[in-house]
Amino acid sequence: MTAKSVVVLDYGSGNVRSAQRALERVGAEAVISSDFTEALNADGLLVPGVGAFAACMEGLRAVKGDRLIGRRLSGGRPVLGICVGMQILFAHGVEHGVDTEGCDEWPGTVEPLRAPVVPHMGWNTVTPAEGTVLFAGLPEDARYYFVHSYGVRRWEMDPIEQLRPPKVTWAEHGEPFVAAVENGPLSATQFHPEKSGDAGAALLKNWIDTL
Amino acid sequence: MTLAVRVIPCLDVDAGRVVKGVNFQNLRDAGDPVELAKIYDAQGADELTFLDITASSGDRETTYDIVRRTAEQVFIPLTVGGGVRTVEDVDRLLRAGADKVGVNTAAIARPELIREIARRFGRQVLVLSVDARRVVDQDRAEGAGTASGFEVTTHGGRTGTGIDAVEWATRAAELGAGEILLNSMDADGTKDGYDLEMIAAVRKAVSVPVIASGGAGKVADFAPAVGAGADAVLAASVFHFGDLTIAEVKESLRGAGHPVRL
Repeated sequence: MTAKSVVVLDYGSGNVRSAQRALERVGAEAVISSDFTEALNADGLLVPGVGAFAACMEGLRAVKGDRLIGRRLSGGRPVLGICVGMQILFAHGVEHGVDTEGCDEWPGTVEPLRAPVVPHMGWNTVTPAEGTVLFAGLPEDARYYFVHSYGVRRWEMDPIEQLRPPKVTWAEHGEPFVAAVENGPLSATQFHPEKSGDAGAALLKNWIDTL
Repeated sequence: MTLAVRVIPCLDVDAGRVVKGVNFQNLRDAGDPVELAKIYDAQGADELTFLDITASSGDRETTYDIVRRTAEQVFIPLTVGGGVRTVEDVDRLLRAGADKVGVNTAAIARPELIREIARRFGRQVLVLSVDARRVVDQDRAEGAGTASGFEVTTHGGRTGTGIDAVEWATRAAELGAGEILLNSMDADGTKDGYDLEMIAAVRKAVSVPVIASGGAGKVADFAPAVGAGADAVLAASVFHFGDLTIAEVKESLRGAGHPVRL
């Protein structure tokens, strides 16, 4: 079997090399690129992201990343968003009272986390969604590396009878927030699987196996 | 479940080599930071910190190379500090593969640097290192004291700045520091335990994570630091000399009722 190809989207945000190496570690052929056609044709697209929501959206739009994600999804081609790369998949991000439009693949708003200590920085557990593929085979007490000050506190997508409901995995820091989403070809994690040691590698392997 | 307390080994690196003695068996090259990083990762370290003490700027290239090689082989977060003066320094380290960057003296000289870094890369990349010491009674008598009784120092604790350490941590967090690495210069090297009062004072003043540093000597030293409010505990020589393993420290933290990643 030939290795699955993944493009790590290079739009000026995120530790792209770490993501690339973590994917290679689990057997994928990963390249860092912002080339539209290359990213469209890869078996998988990984969208990293760190820092501010507004800055990430600006960088993403500059390489037509929002259109790229939409185009891939309409063809049923897998996309994985990580950290702010997950956040920008939602409709809105609110930072310092300023509302920025996201990719709007999912309704909902990315808001400041309400917890005694922020950023939420370090290794935390999650409550995987029923029927999860990403967390399949991972122990219940596995920990993943989070580093963020904002999060999605409410899942706002209304169920549609004809469609399979998205699988939403939650974590808690001060209050519950969305830790991961699996929605057909579109998946995302708030934590960094590329920095989450063996647990993160197992999760990336699970994703690669769906490609 | 709650966030795990992070246990972080710190390596002092000079021109690409680990300086403080390292005493591991079966190590191919005991002076190679990359080899050590891999071992600490395997032992269960939650993060790694490299403190670059390279004096000559010409040798800085080796630091970037070390960071690059480490990031390629170790899949836990890596913080790199030491000699970071500008936004460009941060950019280079992040591009090389660091996840977070430690800033110390340059921010004391020009606090605005904190804001600039946070604005460009987000506050989560910025660890403010504070080397602090207790103000002795004589200083107080001479009017050189600080309100909290803790003072920021430079030059490895030799030079006092007169800046209140708690106020500085507070201000830095407001400017955009994502985390405070609080190093007690009094406790550093003593192996008598962390300065718990200092940790508690900073914990009370800031809402960003606090990493306790300086003074760890035995396994029982770690839980009190967490009890005093530390979100993470950092140590160097006790790990390097093999006095303690990461697993022992985590086991004792767990025994004290603190969540850890096992």
